[in-house]
Amino acid sequence: MKPLFAPSYHIFLKDSRSELRTRYALNALFMFVVTALSVILFSLGSESVSSDVLAGMLWVIIFFSSMSGLSRTFVSEEERGTVPTLQLIARPTPVYVGKLFFNFVLTFSLNVVIALLYIIFINNFVVSSEAIFWTTIFLGSCAIASSSTIIAAIIAKANTKGTLYPVLSFPILLPMLITVIKATQLSIEGAFFEEALGEFQILVSYTVVVVAVSVILFEFVWKD
Amino acid sequence: MPKYFFWKIALLIWLTLVIVAGLLMPMVPVPHAWYELPIIPALEDKARIIFFHVPMSWTTLVAFIASMVYGILFLKTKKMDYDLRSVSAAGLGTMFCVLATVTGSIWAKFNWGSFWNWDPRETSIFVLLLIYGAYFTLRSAIDVDEKKATLSAVYSVIAGVTAPFFIFVMPRIMTGLHPGAKGDEAGSTPVAQLHMPANMQVVFFASIVGFTLLYFWFFNLKVRSARLEQSIHQP
Repeated sequence: MKPLFAPSYHIFLKDSRSELRTRYALNALFMFVVTALSVILFSLGSESVSSDVLAGMLWVIIFFSSMSGLSRTFVSEEERGTVPTLQLIARPTPVYVGKLFFNFVLTFSLNVVIALLYIIFINNFVVSSEAIFWTTIFLGSCAIASSSTIIAAIIAKANTKGTLYPVLSFPILLPMLITVIKATQLSIEGAFFEEALGEFQILVSYTVVVVAVSVILFEFVWKD
Repeated sequence: MPKYFFWKIALLIWLTLVIVAGLLMPMVPVPHAWYELPIIPALEDKARIIFFHVPMSWTTLVAFIASMVYGILFLKTKKMDYDLRSVSAAGLGTMFCVLATVTGSIWAKFNWGSFWNWDPRETSIFVLLLIYGAYFTLRSAIDVDEKKATLSAVYSVIAGVTAPFFIFVMPRIMTGLHPGAKGDEAGSTPVAQLHMPANMQVVFFASIVGFTLLYFWFFNLKVRSARLEQSIHQP
């Protein structure tokens, strides 16, 4: 049994430290979220929009902010030329797991901020079932982190990184996006927790499948 | 005699018969003779698209799976020939996908009144188109051949494991418009349910077999021409 958790944890620590030192992604992402929210606020004006549309728009913001931030973990390694070092000091799976966990923490904290700002600033968006809403945010973050990490590893090796990322991620993320939007609508309608269980099952199984396949495939992407 | 000569002639006759039968078998209210098809209410002659449109979608799926399987074989063996087959299958898949989308869309205009309705099956074929588009965009963004092959194979596998989720996701968000949906749960999935009389089934499955063989023929040609092209560039 080769060690997995200790090296993964160290990769995670390394990424978190380097992120907290530069705050590149954090600052850019926070401003991105503020910008996107104000665009929506200005375009809505005094219009009252149905909550179904608002649930969709919340996930549009989340999707695009994830798309602008989550590729950093691998792209920055390529740009700084630190890939060979990482390949020497760690086996592929811990690298993947560490980066996955970092991306999960990043996207989850970001999504919580987005959701809070959204609830505060958009008056029509009233969450009736808090349990469903926050479970959706949590499981949605897991699902986004799972597929965007492996896609980030792929695009880090390509030429046009920025535009390629959403193009590759969207078809992969679509089943998950449809599910979270549906679950968010349920949380606005004030459904019972049991009614959203089907959605949560889809999200959990999606995350498990994508992570399992990524662990197998990451070796091919990572090794030159 | 060229290789597979009789197969090609047989396929030509086979598909001609399918097209003739699909377009010409008369539709009557109460079918008696073996060649008579029942009139399906609200579809009438428009129902004939099933003989051509559904096999096209089926072939898209075959090509998608073939591309993914060759991708996996490439990852296992690292032989560039598998990558060549994977791209060829994906290229053909894109062609059949566009054909299925366009024929379906034209049919939808006459049957449902608009070219596009985001019916579950329309959505899933749209996603397939997106996946193919992303696949080729990814390939064009990588210079080194082996890296290109590896990354696109990985991408096709990831797309292949997430695409089946639409089967579970779609029925939750909308009811199907597609024939066969008729309010039943199964109709709103991307996979078709078949309720056809026997003679219609014969033509339908003959068409599926014909289209599949046609795909393999195209595939064979495409792989051979791709190999030749490669041998010109890398002597």
